[in-house]
Amino acid sequence: MRGILTVFRKEFFENLRDRRILLSALVFGPVIGPLMLTAVLQLSVSMGEATFQKQLVLPVVGAEHAPNLMAMLESQNIKVEPRKLDERQIRDAITSREIKVALLVPADFADRWARSEPAPVQIFVDNSDQFGGEASATRVSRAINAYSRQVSQTRLVLRGVDPISTTAVVIHEIDVSTPMSRAIFALGMLSYLTIFAMLFGGMYLAIDATAGERERGSLESLLTAPMPRTHLIYGKIAATASYMLISMALTLSACAIALQYVRLEEFGMSVSMDAMTTLKLFAVAAPLSLFGAGLLTVVASFTRSFREAQSYLTFAISVPTLPLVFVGLIQLEPTPLVMSTPSLSQHFLMMQILRGEMPGATDLLLSASASLLVGAILCWIAGRLYEREAILG
Amino acid sequence: MIVVKNLSKQFGKVQAVRDVTFTAPDGRITGLLGPNGAGKSTTLRMLCTLLRPDSGDALVDGQSILSDPIAVRRRMGVLSHASGLYPQLTARENIVYFAELHGLDRRTANTKVDELAALLELTEFLDRKTKGFSQGQRLKTALARSLVHSPRNLILDEPTNGLDVMAVRNLRALLHRLRGQGHCILFSSHVMQEVALLCDEVIVIAEGRVAAAGTVEALRAEAGEPTLEDAFVKLIGTAEGLN
Repeated sequence: MRGILTVFRKEFFENLRDRRILLSALVFGPVIGPLMLTAVLQLSVSMGEATFQKQLVLPVVGAEHAPNLMAMLESQNIKVEPRKLDERQIRDAITSREIKVALLVPADFADRWARSEPAPVQIFVDNSDQFGGEASATRVSRAINAYSRQVSQTRLVLRGVDPISTTAVVIHEIDVSTPMSRAIFALGMLSYLTIFAMLFGGMYLAIDATAGERERGSLESLLTAPMPRTHLIYGKIAATASYMLISMALTLSACAIALQYVRLEEFGMSVSMDAMTTLKLFAVAAPLSLFGAGLLTVVASFTRSFREAQSYLTFAISVPTLPLVFVGLIQLEPTPLVMSTPSLSQHFLMMQILRGEMPGATDLLLSASASLLVGAILCWIAGRLYEREAILG
Repeated sequence: MIVVKNLSKQFGKVQAVRDVTFTAPDGRITGLLGPNGAGKSTTLRMLCTLLRPDSGDALVDGQSILSDPIAVRRRMGVLSHASGLYPQLTARENIVYFAELHGLDRRTANTKVDELAALLELTEFLDRKTKGFSQGQRLKTALARSLVHSPRNLILDEPTNGLDVMAVRNLRALLHRLRGQGHCILFSSHVMQEVALLCDEVIVIAEGRVAAAGTVEALRAEAGEPTLEDAFVKLIGTAEGLN
């Protein structure tokens, strides 16, 4: 036990002095992670904005002729901006891109309305315009249509006709892609980034402790120390795992801070990363570090040089992380198989926590114990590999 | 004392060491002399318990390399062929690390390091990172590392490789001093002059076998040649692999 501790301490502090290791463990995840996360979130939130009922400013000529219509538009988050323009001036203003869309209420609107005749309004828009004029015009005309239907149905009721009979077909358009669900999908990035940063944070240490040690020629001397070889490798794995945990903690904290600057609340998102949530995320992901450190050490044991180890380990890291990019696309059920798969189960639990749900005790237990068990098996394999003579290279 | 009994080791189809038997007594410097690829390093690696022999055994102060390798390692200081250091650690930290692996506490280790630093003349670069050390500085550090737990037995695999004349002279003086203190020193070399100057006993190894053993004088007499080099060539029957 004392030997393991000696090796752990030496690996931990020696590698703090190595710039490459420090960059990968303490800088890469905490800096790149939040940057990628906020970029993806911003993108998905602003994509949501196009369909979201963001306030639309609508220049209206003759607003005074239809106060009820104006009130209705205001209620639909369309800000009415009264203007004094003639038709020619409206056309010029749209052509010159001064305004995107405009509504003209003719002077006879109120008279026709009062006589229950179709009261005309005109929407001016340049449909060839690339800057969202068409979408705005559609939104205005939809609002007016809905109002028109509502009023006409009231008129029918007043005349004793059931308005239902005037509707032969009714279309319900259901938009399932709310900005909220999109943002949650984007937050799936967070668990991917966290797990990736964790594994990457320990990668160079895993290489240095195995292939690096052999390449420098220090391995032979180390193996003449009076302790079982397994203890040497356990100390190294412990150091790798601790770098992974540090890297993950820093990445999570940096993401939590970065998320404060993304306008999630405006879109009714309940996703928040307060200190408690961050701690929970850390706790559910932590058992994966033993698995990660064991995996990287086992893979690195087969390599002959630092360079070779680098390419193999980069691949090894992608095995548990890359699938996470795609599982967001399918509906994942917390089956026992999923919950006992390292990396996948952590991803699932982290997503649950981000949605504000409390994961079930069985799932938590299954995820942690399965990852620790597989991690322990990998450590055992690493130990066996170091008992081989071939390890000397 | 190191007693080697019928050690054999095979790598694939290559029989690297065949039935090697010899004794390296305390207070003596024993040299394994042989051309490159003769099996010197493999023999030493088996004694260091880095490799497991296919057959035979060796006793280090009575402890078997087969049944109690950890006890053997405790009694042995090893300066291996590739004596790499940790570049991010200072010379002192490199040595203290090994002292701790040998169970010394940090305080004892540091006292011991200061002692060795004075003995090996490495005080001046003791607290510098070993990155960029010269070959001589590296060797002194590695040697201090292998002596830090005060082992009774010292194994050195081609220790003078890449050293300049002054460093070799210093190493020689140190080994003589350790011999005076009653240590058992076993080292390998393919450099004739070095062995002639340093060794009390010479084990000539060729093609994995012990070709001859004895003092330098005895070997010369046995071969009937005036120099060790001539005796060596005659004993192993070829000049191949010699410097």
